[in-house]
Amino acid sequence: MSIQGWTYLIVAVTFALYIGIAVWSRVRTTAGFYVAGQGVPAIANGMATGADWMSAASFISMAGLISFMGYDGSMYLMGWTGGYVLLALFLAPYLRKYGKFTVPEFVGDRYYSQTARVVAVVCAIFVSFTYVAGQMRGVGVVFSRFLEVDIDTGVYIGVGMVFVYATIGGMRGITYTQVAQYCVLIVAYLIPAVAISFKMTGNPIPQLGFGSVVTEGEHAGVFLLEAIDQIHRDLGLPEYTGAFIEGKREMIDIFAITLALMVGTAGLPHVLIRFYTVRSARMARWSVMWALVFIALLYTTAPAVAAFARVNLIQTLHERPYAEAPTWFQNWETTGLIRFEDKNGDGLMQYGEDPDTRELEIDRDIMVLANPEIAELPAWVVALVAAGGLAAALSTAAGLLLVISSSISHDLFKSIFRPQMSEGEELTLARVAAGGAVVVAGYFGVNPPDYVAAVVAFAFGLAAASFFPVLVLGVFSKRVTKEGAIAGMVLGIAFTAAYISYFKLAKLGGAEDWWFGISPEGIGSVGMLLNFAVTLTVSRFTPPPPPEVQALVEEIRLPSREE
Amino acid sequence: MSEQNDPRAYWRANLRILSVLLAIWFSASFLLGVVFVRPLNAFSLGGFPLGFWFAQQGSILVFVVLVFVYALWMDRLEKRGKGK
Repeated sequence: MSIQGWTYLIVAVTFALYIGIAVWSRVRTTAGFYVAGQGVPAIANGMATGADWMSAASFISMAGLISFMGYDGSMYLMGWTGGYVLLALFLAPYLRKYGKFTVPEFVGDRYYSQTARVVAVVCAIFVSFTYVAGQMRGVGVVFSRFLEVDIDTGVYIGVGMVFVYATIGGMRGITYTQVAQYCVLIVAYLIPAVAISFKMTGNPIPQLGFGSVVTEGEHAGVFLLEAIDQIHRDLGLPEYTGAFIEGKREMIDIFAITLALMVGTAGLPHVLIRFYTVRSARMARWSVMWALVFIALLYTTAPAVAAFARVNLIQTLHERPYAEAPTWFQNWETTGLIRFEDKNGDGLMQYGEDPDTRELEIDRDIMVLANPEIAELPAWVVALVAAGGLAAALSTAAGLLLVISSSISHDLFKSIFRPQMSEGEELTLARVAAGGAVVVAGYFGVNPPDYVAAVVAFAFGLAAASFFPVLVLGVFSKRVTKEGAIAGMVLGIAFTAAYISYFKLAKLGGAEDWWFGISPEGIGSVGMLLNFAVTLTVSRFTPPPPPEVQALVEEIRLPSREE
Repeated sequence: MSEQNDPRAYWRANLRILSVLLAIWFSASFLLGVVFVRPLNAFSLGGFPLGFWFAQQGSILVFVVLVFVYALWMDRLEKRGKGK
């Protein structure tokens, strides 16, 4: 069967599975819709969190990014996993112990203020929408490459899928669908990685393979990473494993970005809300553990895939005649993701740093998507990778949409506009809000805002500078007041948003104007420190929280009472 | 005196565990993987320069172990409180 035949088959089977799970786990209560009835086992929640967290960007783009960045790519690896340590230590068990439905609800109760809750809701909705637009686009892109429909049609199919299972199943449906999606995406990621590792180094474990000796080709007998460094030196590129050298990021910038991504991860509402779905604070701690295990499986494989792809790509293309290019090269050339222009007219393909003489332009997404073809794996593996990319994009989109839906129906309507609403009415409203959010997300998927790249920095920077300090201080200090929290959130966000807008949207300055050499991607960590400082200072000069709030904090800190 | 009867003692024990684990979290990622990455790269672990390995593999493995140890440690702390 052809690649396309296999792709149709595997995508159809997985989609039928997702819909089946959604129908089986449909819900009739708001608790079921918002937090899956708080009965999800820790290991299942761990898998669901893994799928929720790992988006189209993690699955498709990250290995390619690292492949081009070398050591600098480590900031994504550490940043997007280290946040789970902060989650486990500072947030997940306490938010579960508090035990209501949403993150803004906790902010509102702890800071005895509807204003604080509204600020939190606005942040949650903004962060989630910026994220979800990218996911919908990702669904469209995967469809268009593997099924040869246009990107917009792909987006409509994705919207239809998420619409069905998010509105019927709510959090319960999403959770169990995500468990299935995690399995699909991890298998799809590991099979090509293992095959390539074995082919290049004789070691089937990619995590060890990229520290092993190359067994074939012109670099046989040399350690893989040494071979890449040598290739880079020959091409005039900075060494792959080199840090803080010419052509790479400064130490302070890597530090700041890693910190911003970690703290941002721990402050993202769609991640936090996953830990409301388990039975107890104790289970919340264990499900963070499982989540990190499942995430680490992909995140430790990605840098290996990146290194293999680097060698493979340069070895099979650089200085080779265009007429003898491998078939995968021709397949992907038609998508425009890889381009050759014979600038010096010698019929050979040259790769290098200088954009004026470089003849190959390679999109980073190709590293994962074309991997199975580069390694000459069978057609069904190629199809599986397509299904994996779709699983990653759909699962993240669904988790984000649920946050938007619960923010609107629970935090805005139920608490502020219509407190007398019955549970049945609230549930209907939640479904309508989820449906509406899917349609809006689909619109952004078809008409992506041109500031998408800046928007990612925004989402993490905002989450780092707004939620994280306020949530942590809410549990670990009884003295922090509503005035402190609101001032901290507003100033943290305003500072971070202004810095990012100045450099990324308005483009009023270049790298030489960065404060202390910190790029807009890393500024969230400064915003976070500012938030902590402002919140603590203002709290000192305002009246302490009322006794019932202090009692709430005491109660949250106590060990969980289950059984 | 058990921690169950004295919430303050339970909380203090929790904070002690937190600060130990947080120090390891910081060292494994920001120190070994960023600040000291160049001197560490002078050493190698198999085919990996050591600093590079910490940045792309070691730190992540340490994170997993930290979260596991925390869950286990807190289970014991809570159980000790309930037993008395």
